[in-house]
Amino acid sequence: MMATRPDPAGLYHPAMPATWWLRKRSYFLFMLRELSSVFIAGFLVVLLLQIAQISSGEDARAAFSAMLRSPGWILFHGVALAFAVYHSVTWFYTTSIVMPLRVRGRELPRWLFTALNIGAWAGVSLVILILYLALPASA
Amino acid sequence: MSERTITLDVTRYRPHQEAVPTVQSYAIPFPDDWVVLDALNHIKDQVDGSLSYRWSCRMGVCGSCGMMVNGEPKLSCAVFLRDYFPRAIRVEPLSNFPVIRDLVIDMSGFLDKLKSVKPWIIREQEKPLSEGEYLQSPRELDAYQHFSQCINCMLCYAACPVFGLDSGFVGPAAIALGYRYNLDSRDHGTAERREVLGDHEGIWQCTFVGECSVVCPKHVDPAAAIQRVKVDTAKDWILSLVMPWGQR
Amino acid sequence: MNGRKTLEPLWWGLFSAGGVVAAFLVPIHIVITGIAVPLGWLPDAQEIYRHWPVRLYLFILIALPLYHWAHRFQFALSDMGMRGIHKPLAVLCYGAALLGTVIAGWILLRL
Repeated sequence: MMATRPDPAGLYHPAMPATWWLRKRSYFLFMLRELSSVFIAGFLVVLLLQIAQISSGEDARAAFSAMLRSPGWILFHGVALAFAVYHSVTWFYTTSIVMPLRVRGRELPRWLFTALNIGAWAGVSLVILILYLALPASA
Repeated sequence: MSERTITLDVTRYRPHQEAVPTVQSYAIPFPDDWVVLDALNHIKDQVDGSLSYRWSCRMGVCGSCGMMVNGEPKLSCAVFLRDYFPRAIRVEPLSNFPVIRDLVIDMSGFLDKLKSVKPWIIREQEKPLSEGEYLQSPRELDAYQHFSQCINCMLCYAACPVFGLDSGFVGPAAIALGYRYNLDSRDHGTAERREVLGDHEGIWQCTFVGECSVVCPKHVDPAAAIQRVKVDTAKDWILSLVMPWGQR
Repeated sequence: MNGRKTLEPLWWGLFSAGGVVAAFLVPIHIVITGIAVPLGWLPDAQEIYRHWPVRLYLFILIALPLYHWAHRFQFALSDMGMRGIHKPLAVLCYGAALLGTVIAGWILLRL
């Protein structure tokens, strides 16, 4: 379970194994939260590459869009979405701890702050969706 | 009320006698109102006088009796045996600290860290006694009061994987205590404390796992304190870029 | 007297900004370009990326969460047993985020 390091004073020094985050649910959820950043960044790199195709001509663009239609990429985006949503919810909750909103000198309850942020997030997402559909295609 | 018997699997470590800790089991008959600490005191008095552990007040105030109880950092005076019965209870020394003997951990590093954050009121200029005391409004007291409830039990350090990986990390209780004085309306020591709090081994090592606040028996919320020091430090850092002449 | 000897407030600030952008904006973009468009639920409207305000928006959307990734990833790796090489890991991760920022800016400018 724990390794020893000899100590002249007779102290026993426990050492943490690299797998510490697998030993407790809360530690594991923490690590999932941290690793959500990998999927978010991965998605953004794919998005950037897709955008880059626009200036490479219609063929390149069509090929990239076809690639994203493959089951593997749909699966990737499904997993990325799950991690991104997990990031959003945990981010709003941690923000309620880091920068609490004060109303008449009292901190807003954390669940309420989180709920308000989730509401705002839904609103922002809707606006982006509408803009995506409404913006004229010609630049 | 009839007595039941519960098994305690207690970590033993006798330096210069064994290289690694071992486990010793004790079967202890207990009444309904016994806590883990009562069982340890019973072992010490009646069964095995060689068992070593720290304790004092028996009522969650002194912060001496912190131990791992079934893998969770707990004040052993505050956890009832009946809540674990009929299963055995595993009692270990607080995680992440060097062990001196049995359940006794070496807290000297923690004490050094406490001192390093200067947990006292620092004044630019002391008022003469004749001018009376430093007054504080209820709202000013409210700003820091719950961060001042720490009893130095070190449960937060036992819960903190960052401290477990890096014993140099200043850690939850010490940073929260430094922040408590930063928040105090009578204090002018924020810049002085920044040397320790704003160091790489201070706030920036924290990844906000948040377990320190979960295990804190006094609801001090050290995780919140650490993140808020990060916000304050980052704000001041930006200010010092924009207005380099404005530094205290 | 303080702070200035370490760049950690800067990286943490960029991490926080990236975390906010990721939390509010990224999920809907995954839904649109990663799932809904490929499955044919929504039209493929990539042409709108050429609008200048949209380019600026895309720059923020893509660049800032890279610092969020860099910050969390280098801490996660060192938490998983790579503490010995924490410094080079940090240089590598934040360096990758900087490089990604430059590439994103370049791609969006010459669109």
